[in-house]
Amino acid sequence: MTPAGSLLLIAVVLTDFAVLATSRLSTGIRTIGLQGLLLAALPVALHPAWSLHTAALAVGTALVKAGILPRFLNWAIREANVRREMEPLIGYGASVLLGAAAVGVAFVVAPALPLPDGRGSLLVAAALANVLAGLLVLTTRRKALTQVVGYLMLENGVFVFGLTQTEQVPFLLELGVLLDVFVGVFIMGIVVFHINREFDSISSARLEELKDI
Amino acid sequence: MTSWLCFGLALVLAPLLPGVAQRTKSWLTGRRGPPVLQLYWDLARLWRKGAVFSSVAGASFRLGPVVFAASGVAAAMLLPFANNPALIRFPGDFVAFAGVLALGRFALVLAALDTGSSFEGMGASREAAFGSLSEPVLVLCFAALALASQELSLSGMLGPALPSWWAAGPALAMVGAGVFLVTLAETGRVPVDDPATHLELTMIHEVMVLDHSGPDFALIHYAAALKLTLLGTLLAGVLVPAGQAAAVVRIAGWLGGLLALAVAIGVVESVMARLRLARVPQLLTSAAVLPGFAIILLLSRAA
Amino acid sequence: MILALILIPALGAIGAYAHRQVAFRTAWLVTVAAVHLGLVLVAWNAPPQPVLGGWLAADPLGLVVLGVVSALFLAASCYAVGYLRRENPRGGRAFVTCLLAFLSAASLVALSQHLGVLWVGMEATTLALAPLIFHRHDRRSLEAVWKYLVLSSVGIALALLGTFFVATAQFAAPASDRPLVLADLVRHAPSLHPSWLKAAFVFLIVGYGTKMGLAPLHSWKPDTYGEAPSLVGALMAGGLTSLAFLGIARAVQVMAAARLASFAEPALIAFGLISLVVAAAFVLGQSDLKRLLAYASVEHVGLLVLGLGVGGAGVYGTVLHVVNNALAKGLLFFAAGNIALATASSQGPVRGLSRALPRTAALLVVGLFAASGSPPFGPFVSEFLILRAVLDQGHLFLGLAVIGLLLLIFAGMAKSILGAVYGEAPAGLSREVEDAWVLAGPAALATALLVLGLYIPPAVGRALLQAATAMGGHGP
Repeated sequence: MTPAGSLLLIAVVLTDFAVLATSRLSTGIRTIGLQGLLLAALPVALHPAWSLHTAALAVGTALVKAGILPRFLNWAIREANVRREMEPLIGYGASVLLGAAAVGVAFVVAPALPLPDGRGSLLVAAALANVLAGLLVLTTRRKALTQVVGYLMLENGVFVFGLTQTEQVPFLLELGVLLDVFVGVFIMGIVVFHINREFDSISSARLEELKDI
Repeated sequence: MTSWLCFGLALVLAPLLPGVAQRTKSWLTGRRGPPVLQLYWDLARLWRKGAVFSSVAGASFRLGPVVFAASGVAAAMLLPFANNPALIRFPGDFVAFAGVLALGRFALVLAALDTGSSFEGMGASREAAFGSLSEPVLVLCFAALALASQELSLSGMLGPALPSWWAAGPALAMVGAGVFLVTLAETGRVPVDDPATHLELTMIHEVMVLDHSGPDFALIHYAAALKLTLLGTLLAGVLVPAGQAAAVVRIAGWLGGLLALAVAIGVVESVMARLRLARVPQLLTSAAVLPGFAIILLLSRAA
Repeated sequence: MILALILIPALGAIGAYAHRQVAFRTAWLVTVAAVHLGLVLVAWNAPPQPVLGGWLAADPLGLVVLGVVSALFLAASCYAVGYLRRENPRGGRAFVTCLLAFLSAASLVALSQHLGVLWVGMEATTLALAPLIFHRHDRRSLEAVWKYLVLSSVGIALALLGTFFVATAQFAAPASDRPLVLADLVRHAPSLHPSWLKAAFVFLIVGYGTKMGLAPLHSWKPDTYGEAPSLVGALMAGGLTSLAFLGIARAVQVMAAARLASFAEPALIAFGLISLVVAAAFVLGQSDLKRLLAYASVEHVGLLVLGLGVGGAGVYGTVLHVVNNALAKGLLFFAAGNIALATASSQGPVRGLSRALPRTAALLVVGLFAASGSPPFGPFVSEFLILRAVLDQGHLFLGLAVIGLLLLIFAGMAKSILGAVYGEAPAGLSREVEDAWVLAGPAALATALLVLGLYIPPAVGRALLQAATAMGGHGP
């Protein structure tokens, strides 16, 4: 694992904490954009041999994750006219501590999953940490847009893990992940737009009409 | 020998740091600001004055500043300066270090409560609350350092046994960030507390010592500056890679680190506003996560 | 041939989007569906060659699932003719396009032997269904589609992670193996890294289980099935669950070949049992018909996974149940759709259907008995086989618990459905809803269920047996 790669992965996990700790939606989106930028630099850092594939992947990731998606989410914020997150279900301090616990679990589990070329467990650990932190944001936040940010974090974790595969599984799949994120967030954004129009708020606490108990 | 020299230097140079911070802040906001040595003149002036004691205050009020200053000096004896061994060292002395500093804070809190004034009581409760949140962060930083250097004494942790930046860079950076945030919290700087505010309801540390005067007040100011110097030494020990260099180089590095810390505090005070008091626990919890993550990294690397 | 199965619906979708006339679209939909089913039947008789270097091939299990999805789709498209005549807010263009896109993606999932391609197909079905759920564009369907999107996307992302884990597990396999291709995975399964496989299985079952609607990952189901148009609900309950089951089944295939079945089985049995318990708990006292059907779907999905976990003859029962479940759910949803068309809502207690909509009521009662596993219908056979496998393996308490839960569910469903069928009919229910188009599909499904309960055609039986054997089970 090159030092640049380690640094980037640690920075990615730190951005997870930043998203968990922030209460402002715009800060959360900016942090996710920063995470996207770090992820775009990762293929280049992990594969010191330059190739067209690596460069294309880096550029594409940067464009989608750090450019298009944050801009789209900011548009959605302006449409819905929200700035702050409401108090999440478990409080910010508890979220950060749970996030730390999740990262701890990821780092404990990672050595049990050794990578084939012995690249150290930091990659797997960072990927798992991202997935768990994304799940945490998804489940403990009330605003629909913050849930989308959590979904983005989850997908970023899957993306990080996908980077271990680029020798075996073609880059096509990596680009497929990108496309998946793009389309997914796009559709979610449209639905959020409708939700805002219908309910005049994007708090998913309002989406409680359909239930059984 | 060098240890005694550094110890003396620390005690003497302590009041310089708040001056540097204040000067930096003034320059950044377009003013000239007070001289860097201002705190020395203030201490001298206060020492010459007489003290006024309230008739309802008891022994705790008089003892508070003295214990606070004495705890600062005692903590200085436990801390290694510029990678030289500390004057007093034993395995586990980092606990004593944290404890002695906490003792000082406790004495001040008692003195504030002893006055019976509501302002001091409010300041004391805030100081105690935020202190209880910053202590775990400090302990976590020490735990990370102990893991990194495999030593249980402060002299070992901040000495040559600390891995270099090449080996454990990110972990050291995160511990450094954690110590920086603890410094801001313990010395009452932005974003935890604004030392320049004149509104008592927004103060934490200044309002706690409202009723002290004369030499007592001088002791409190000096001890606060000494606390800043000690935590700054801790930070410099983590961040400045002195290693095995000559003593002069190491001392220069240490002093440079202290200066950089003071400038950094000035910068932070200029660009940020104080956080809402309800948000400070959030900040400190996030600060706890940084050395926690460093510990996870160090453990996974060791495993 | 395989490519035709996937591309024809895709081209049909583009055609439906491009054309302007409404009436043309429904005819187009039925035509494409019929052509697709014809091609599937041809493929059953003469299995086509694998294409794309073995990435797409028609193996027995895939053919079974594809056959059932295609048949259900044909029934749904016939139903759509009648449905779009009455409830068609915006011309039905997006509706028909997304339906055909769903069929194309479903064919992709059923025919893929490459776990990555399977994932792509599942993702495509998720995205294709979202506009369909939101068809009515009102508040409740908005809430439903949001919950569906969030949970499905999370499930799909976790399944992708599981797929990546499987790819990593292959590093110890011979280099000539094609990555993520099922045949190679199974062939060299013992040399795959066990920790990676176990982690992969966990993520795959959670991810595809969310798509399937296994409890406790089922919370999107009641809302989605309740708010989506009934024929979409039928496709989801019959088609999507079978496709997601296919994903889990592929994972189980690999685990069984890698001799890690003892790790997989407890998880499967646990999910199955929890699903049955949750279904039983929420079925009682459920007044909304489509939500009731959603919980019934949770029950059947639990049974599927339970049979898979028990192994042996249970696997055969599971594969048979895939077919039966799809047919039964389709039948029930179409009947519920008729009620919805007649009353303009299916919530709140509907009564007196036997007088107002007699044929629909008959279909509903048939569906009730079929779905709860009464003889002489198909699900009885499959549920019986699964139960017998459970007891054969010695899980006495499990078997008794399953029987008890099935009885509870039958009681709950019977109460709601029979309550809807009998009683005084309210005024205003028009019988003209029941035209040939909306009755043809469900009637055909009911007939098929009856036939399957009494006699399994040898071709079908052979396919089922081959599918079961491939997953490590054996015949009845």
